[in-house]
Amino acid sequence: MEKALFIIFAVVSVAAALNILLQRNPLYSALSLVGTLIALSALYVMLRAQFIAAIQIVVYAGAIMVLFVFVIMLLNAPKEAPYIEKHKALRFLAIPFAGLLIAEAFYVIRLVKPIQMPASDDSAQAVGTTLSVGTKLFTDYLLPFEVTSVLILMAIVGAMVLARRGED
Amino acid sequence: MTDLLLEWTIKIAVILGALLTAVAYSVLLERRIMGFIQLRRGPNRVGPFGLLQPAADGLKLIFKEDIIPSQASKLLYVIAPTLLLIPSLMIFIVIPFGSEIVLFGRKIALQVTHFDVGLLYVLALGSVSVYGIALAGWASNNKYSLMGGLRASAQMISYELALGLSVVGVLIQSGSLDLVEIVRSQGGWNGMHWNVFVSQPLGFLVFFIAALAEANRTPFDLPEADSELVAGYHTEYSSMKFVMFQMGEYCNLIAAAGVSTTLFWGGWMGPGVETYPALSLAYFTAKVFVFVFVFIWIRFTLPRFRYDQLMRFGWRVLLPLAILNIIITATVKLLVS
Amino acid sequence: MLALIQATNDLKTIGDQVVQLIMPEVILTLFACAALVLDVMLPRGRKRPVAWLSLAGVGFALVSLGFLYFNITSEGKSRLGFFNMIVIDNYAVVFKLIFLIGAGLSILLSIRYLDEEGEQRGEYYSLILFSVVGMMFMASGVDLLTLFISLELMAISVYILVGYTKRDRRSNEASMKYFLLGAFSSGVLLYGISMIYGLTGSTNLANIAKALPIIISPAYEPLGQTVDLRYLVLMSMILMAAGMFFKVAAVPFHMWAPDAYEGAPTSTTAFMSVAVKAASFAMFGRLFLYGLPDLRDTLAGNADKNIPGLPGWAVLLGVIAAITIVWGNLAALTQNNTKRLLAYSSISHAGYTMLGLIAANETGYTGFILYLFIYTLMNLGVFGCIIALRRHGIQGDRMEDLNGLMKKAPWLTVMMTIFLLSLGGIPPTAGFIGKLYLFAGLIETGNPWLVRLAILAVLMSAVSLYYYIRFIRAMYIEPETEMQPVKLAPSLQTALAVAVLLVMLIGVYPQPLLRLTQKAAQAQGLKTHDYDQKKADEGEIERPPGAGTGR
Repeated sequence: MEKALFIIFAVVSVAAALNILLQRNPLYSALSLVGTLIALSALYVMLRAQFIAAIQIVVYAGAIMVLFVFVIMLLNAPKEAPYIEKHKALRFLAIPFAGLLIAEAFYVIRLVKPIQMPASDDSAQAVGTTLSVGTKLFTDYLLPFEVTSVLILMAIVGAMVLARRGED
Repeated sequence: MTDLLLEWTIKIAVILGALLTAVAYSVLLERRIMGFIQLRRGPNRVGPFGLLQPAADGLKLIFKEDIIPSQASKLLYVIAPTLLLIPSLMIFIVIPFGSEIVLFGRKIALQVTHFDVGLLYVLALGSVSVYGIALAGWASNNKYSLMGGLRASAQMISYELALGLSVVGVLIQSGSLDLVEIVRSQGGWNGMHWNVFVSQPLGFLVFFIAALAEANRTPFDLPEADSELVAGYHTEYSSMKFVMFQMGEYCNLIAAAGVSTTLFWGGWMGPGVETYPALSLAYFTAKVFVFVFVFIWIRFTLPRFRYDQLMRFGWRVLLPLAILNIIITATVKLLVS
Repeated sequence: MLALIQATNDLKTIGDQVVQLIMPEVILTLFACAALVLDVMLPRGRKRPVAWLSLAGVGFALVSLGFLYFNITSEGKSRLGFFNMIVIDNYAVVFKLIFLIGAGLSILLSIRYLDEEGEQRGEYYSLILFSVVGMMFMASGVDLLTLFISLELMAISVYILVGYTKRDRRSNEASMKYFLLGAFSSGVLLYGISMIYGLTGSTNLANIAKALPIIISPAYEPLGQTVDLRYLVLMSMILMAAGMFFKVAAVPFHMWAPDAYEGAPTSTTAFMSVAVKAASFAMFGRLFLYGLPDLRDTLAGNADKNIPGLPGWAVLLGVIAAITIVWGNLAALTQNNTKRLLAYSSISHAGYTMLGLIAANETGYTGFILYLFIYTLMNLGVFGCIIALRRHGIQGDRMEDLNGLMKKAPWLTVMMTIFLLSLGGIPPTAGFIGKLYLFAGLIETGNPWLVRLAILAVLMSAVSLYYYIRFIRAMYIEPETEMQPVKLAPSLQTALAVAVLLVMLIGVYPQPLLRLTQKAAQAQGLKTHDYDQKKADEGEIERPPGAGTGR
């Protein structure tokens, strides 16, 4: 049962991720990204990280991607030929790099023996719950958390500085 | 395992059936109340008190011609209605309708599933349902529809913040994201220790207004403002796709009522629930009914906002109020403990 | 209210002890927010008090930094805080001092410049303060998470500062380029970070440093089979280094620097050329000296099993430093825009600074920190002089704008000359002391390659004199091309006077600063290293602190 669900969501997420790249229309790409995010969040639920799954949907699928879709709809971007056509050489450069990455992935897969998933025993069930995330956030990761809030405040101020019109 | 699966399946089937009936009849209810408020009769010809009207409407719409505009983006045009309907239906699997009752010798909890992060799940689905509207507007390839879709996305993003922040007070109060826990924490005072009476009147006010906006109800129904946008994002839709939009909207309405009840008005809590668990179902239904009535009442009482007013109200009034509510609740909680 | 205080008492167990450690940052954040509020309250066109407020913030932060120094670190102790997220040691304190001095002087320089541009607004100062908060956490962070987030805090504020003059298209372009490349480099850095986290299972630098020797040993057998993870370690190291090279503008990754420096408002250029560079180097040092010290020399192979050894990061840094010094100096020779020229000069200075990390002995570290300190003063000085040239209708960033400056503003010319000579490393100035330590550190190692590197650096520093003297020639010899007078605002005068006095003072009496930087260089965790393995085995590198400093 669990395995079947995993396979379904894994296939969906990978297929949607591929679709992001293959679509010429930016709106379809954005929607595929939403699909990937939702499938991933289902995978998180299966890893017993419900909190992260829910946050992933609320923040990414629900807020950020809505904004993306909104902007794409507003701009109504035409289907354009990718810019990369002008740099044919770069395209061939990409092949060895992709090969390198794949080789790296295989290298790691070959090295590492499959081990028991830690989430499957009871003691580790609490990893992704609200309680454990909250506890970590306000003890171990208190400082990065607070610095992030300063970062976001700064980003808001900055966005306002750059977006504000003339002398208003 | 099979027992559990069977229980789930039955629960889902029952809730789905009840919900769809409720959706159909809330349309009738809306029209009857509209008639009452506007000093006229409303639909009363089909069956006694017009009770068969929803069936007649449904039948009529099924037989309408299903039109897909030639310049529309077909795939998105077809899936957009489901994108609105399915998330709003999915909300109901975490809402607790009542306490545990004993049926056929089994203890059965009156909610489909018990989810550790139920509240976040509800918020997540609420935020995802905007895709249906936005994409319907875009895919129709019609300027009014597009305007409706754009307005919907902007409005949802703005009001989602206030909505999310307004429930933080409830979270502080009950210490859990689990809707069942939230209901149970409101069980004191002989079942009347409801959040709205205790510390969250302000939180409820903000939540209620934001929920109205999330459900695209008047005075926040700009995405479908009929006087300026014809019918907004569903201008081009007909037949069953149109029905699905309507169902999605009323589903959202009932979901908003259900979530408000659960979070602020004690859910299924009420006097006497401990001794007669079946009473809890009645309490919940009654409260939801009251909310649906209020939503409809508002619709025929208040005029629509202008777009800039809507945005200003969301960002400059609701959001600060929600934050204020968090500060007050946290301070009170700290002082009391 | 009493109950509230009672309830918060539990938090005080962390509170008193730990908040003290981040007091300067807290003060700066509060002042940055206060600057925003004050900006809204002031009428348009009278925003100057915001500058004074932020300056006061920098002052208070300096005072609290002083407390930190005398309470905790002056004896060479260090203290971890916030669940091992940050450490307060002399290394952190001295870098924070550099950032605060840089920020203070930059604010003084900015006041007049922004008036001239008609962009005097409070957000500018609050962004500077926010970025300094990020820098300070970069200097004291010992966890990859803290380091990365504070890096972003700094970087994003600076992206915005670069694009601050919205009506200037060059500024827009610069900001865009800087942002895109900066975001890309952050991605590269993050990729390296994620790999090292996956390999070691920790984001804490101390834990990483502990885990790495085990992982890179060729006989590492985690699951009952021999696993050679050295290539992955090497790759993550290179990726992290590449990310940092971007941030300090070392040569293969320097493309953004000339455009960003030229397009940005000059006051921002001044700030980013010193403070951002110093902060990036602070993080660079923390990351490599504290987190990856065992990858410095080589990733040992195993001759028995026929596994080759891999080069460590000292080699990588050495090559990059050599290219950076050569390319930066050669490219600077042909520039006609002073800001662009100084951008290339700053690239070459990044190369010099890296020499201290490569030398990896106490002299090298001292030089590394000392040079960043001195560089802050002298580079801010030069940019201050260029800001003075910005007058009505004159951009002031072309070489011709300097023509005949001696007749118009003799004091300014003299100060500019001192700064330029210091950048070139001429003896009575501070720049000489800094370079001396950097080169001495390399020579002290006795490694022939590093000695050759030092010789190359000395030669290129002689080349650099050519373009610094071009400035001087223009100022003293060339006839005036325009007649508009040059007037210095009081704030600018103050900043320049402070900078020039410090540069001269450090040049002739460097001992106090030297003592301070030596303390920083002795901070725990910054492992010194001897390239001559035989000598190390015989225990000969145990030198008393401060000895053999090459003076």
